[in-house]
Amino acid sequence: MKVDTGMGRPFWLAMAMALALVAVGVLQSWNVALAILNLQLISAVMALGVNIQWGYGGLFNFGIMGFTALGGLAAVLVAVPPVPEAWAAGGRGMAMAAVTMAATTAAVWALHRLIKVKALRGPAVALVFVAGFALTRSFYGPSVAAIEAVNSSVTGFLGGLGLPIILSWLAGGALAAAVAWVIGRITLGLQSDYLAIATLGISAALVAVLKNEDWLARGVKNVTTLPRPVPYEQDLHGQDWFVDLSVRVGMDPSLLSGLVVKALYALLFGAVLLALFWLSHRALHSPWGRMMRAIRDNRDAAEAMGKDVTRRHLQVFVLGSAVVGIAGAMLVTLNGQFTPAAYSPFRYTFLVWVMVIVGGSGNNGGAVLGGFLIWFLWVQAEAAGPWLMTLLTSGLQEDAPLRQHLLSVAPHMRQLLMGLLLLVVLRLSPRGLLPERSGQQGLARQRIGPEPS
Amino acid sequence: MTKPSRQQHPSPVDAEAPPNRLPGPWRPLWGVAVGLALCLLLLLTIVSREGGGVNLLNALVRFANFVVIPGVAYGSQLALGALGVTLIYAVMRFSDFAHGNTMAFGAMGVVLVTRVLQGMDISAGPLPTALLALPFGILGAVTLALVFDRAVYRFYRRQRAAPVTFVIASIGAMFVTNGLVRLIIGPDNQRFADGVRFIIRVQAFKEMTGLSEGLALRTTQVVTLVVAVVVVLGLFLFLNRTPLGKAMRAYADNEDLALLSGINPERVALWTWIIAATLATIAGTLYGLDKSFKPFTYFQLLLPIFASAIVGGIGKPLGAIVGGVVVAFSEIALTYPYRKILGYLGFETDSLVQLLSTDYKFAVSFIILVVVLIWRPRGIFQGRVI
Repeated sequence: MKVDTGMGRPFWLAMAMALALVAVGVLQSWNVALAILNLQLISAVMALGVNIQWGYGGLFNFGIMGFTALGGLAAVLVAVPPVPEAWAAGGRGMAMAAVTMAATTAAVWALHRLIKVKALRGPAVALVFVAGFALTRSFYGPSVAAIEAVNSSVTGFLGGLGLPIILSWLAGGALAAAVAWVIGRITLGLQSDYLAIATLGISAALVAVLKNEDWLARGVKNVTTLPRPVPYEQDLHGQDWFVDLSVRVGMDPSLLSGLVVKALYALLFGAVLLALFWLSHRALHSPWGRMMRAIRDNRDAAEAMGKDVTRRHLQVFVLGSAVVGIAGAMLVTLNGQFTPAAYSPFRYTFLVWVMVIVGGSGNNGGAVLGGFLIWFLWVQAEAAGPWLMTLLTSGLQEDAPLRQHLLSVAPHMRQLLMGLLLLVVLRLSPRGLLPERSGQQGLARQRIGPEPS
Repeated sequence: MTKPSRQQHPSPVDAEAPPNRLPGPWRPLWGVAVGLALCLLLLLTIVSREGGGVNLLNALVRFANFVVIPGVAYGSQLALGALGVTLIYAVMRFSDFAHGNTMAFGAMGVVLVTRVLQGMDISAGPLPTALLALPFGILGAVTLALVFDRAVYRFYRRQRAAPVTFVIASIGAMFVTNGLVRLIIGPDNQRFADGVRFIIRVQAFKEMTGLSEGLALRTTQVVTLVVAVVVVLGLFLFLNRTPLGKAMRAYADNEDLALLSGINPERVALWTWIIAATLATIAGTLYGLDKSFKPFTYFQLLLPIFASAIVGGIGKPLGAIVGGVVVAFSEIALTYPYRKILGYLGFETDSLVQLLSTDYKFAVSFIILVVVLIWRPRGIFQGRVI
């Protein structure tokens, strides 16, 4: 199979994607098309983040869900107004708990370094850890109870900073980057499969924390009243110029306002995507990008050339996670609510991986295309499943149990579709729809899948 | 202790690995002796109190009821799952992310056949009907695994593709299996345990012993343990005594050498998938009997199962069993509130004395994983370096 690496393919694929969106707009509704577009933009940013880690650095990070959730947490912490009563009730205790926790960590680290006698090190560290843990718990327990008791049906958490939510996109990136640095320091010594499993576990643990620490972001009680970076529909209705506009366009104001709000979101997300895409593109085609590819393709040779592989891996892990964190904050901004229980590894880790692999790992354009394409299919397959089932079962009685069952489970067909798509692309075009382009094709081609013959 | 070349060539890793030995801290005898003496001293202090003996028994019964018995059952289920993962890793050299969903697929077959059998009034007497349905579930899971092997993995095996390709292919398989399970049985909870629920009831135990703490032993827990022991014994006999099992171990130890000596890799792969799918179905069915069947739960089990396989040392069957028990016990012991037990021992407290809230159950396996990976990267039994 000859892979065309010229400009033709990306152009035509992008055109096809745009046409598909227009078709949705004409056939279904423009509202649906814009909703899909917004999530496509966010998915594309996520795919860019994964591509930085996997495509540039060859890091197997299955913890995307965790960094997405951290971005969402940042949106809450930045945008929600603070809850002074909660701070008064438990702020001091929380601060003490944080101090004792930090002190325990420092003490454990110091003991681990200082005690040279191996037989003593374990017991001493364990003793300090248990003591520190108990002390932290003694501050933490009561203050958590106090914070969660403050008007628990509405707040019951510390609240945030009350800043404009658009700042949270930066904060989400920073938070994800900070956590990624810690995680990377612990796990990046691991080889590919171990790293995948460890990061999968970390993301599960992170989401478990977000679900259960109600004082932080209300846990599964959700934060539902996040402010918006764009105007509200009902505010638009009151404006004279808007009513004028809707008369001139000949559209119902309520319909038009929905479209305008979604289009504004799309502009914001599009701007972020473009900026990140440009940055990633520049990074990949710089000496740094060439070094990263060298490390990815032949770690030992790169190390022999004097490249600090571990540091570069940590760097690329942090950068990629930051991009994913930005996407997570944008996602929560779009939804207007933070629902930790909604983070599932299928949707937020493995689907993003499907995007990168199908689109073309190592190629930023490929990752973005994958984000657009896979999200489109994921949404449309949910709608198409029941339609297909209705067609397939039309020979059956209206109330036949089999027909009822098949109709009720039809939306799950999309999982099957995604799996098959991934397997087919991996088999037929192992480097994705838009394969990586590099000066020396040889090594990059062998990375994933067999040699195309 | 190792040659530097070990990192680059994963296949001959185990050729020079020491035989199964417990890690350092357990080896010196004096350490064990001091520990035993301390425990004995503590025991004497507790028993010497008023009513100390009975209270100690009460504490032990409560511990057995809430930690040991569930831990053994859950540990057996994890061990069976981890054995499958570790076998696939040893032979195919990749971590099979679809394994949790294979468990769900096999268990789904068992649930469906159980429903049919129940409809036909066929039962296994006091035992769960699901045991009769087990062969059908195994058949289903084996078929699925072989279809994936023929359609997906064999191609990459012949290409000698990198392990990451296999892992990504297994994610495709995971999506497909998950979709199939949800299409066939739906995403909801299914209870399919029947037969006699308890072997020992709390009330009966209290009357029998006169203790204030009760102990319950559920049929599913005993069934789990018995089935797991039988299956593990069978597997070890197979691996150590039969020509095919020896061929599998040889292939896992050194692929090139095994190929040179005439072992057919396709045959080895075929039987690995058959055994792994069988183990997955049994593990999934036992877990479903013990708790309940829900597709998403099986996906979540992937993490403790990987943790078990890695803690024990990936690629080592014995390690998978030890790892399963370690992970299961830590998960339960770290999230169990000890207040009442401590009360029996004479330490009255107001707090629950629960180290972690039960919501962090899945985080425990991850914590163990990280600790082991840092402290002993190749697991307790010196598994492979990935």
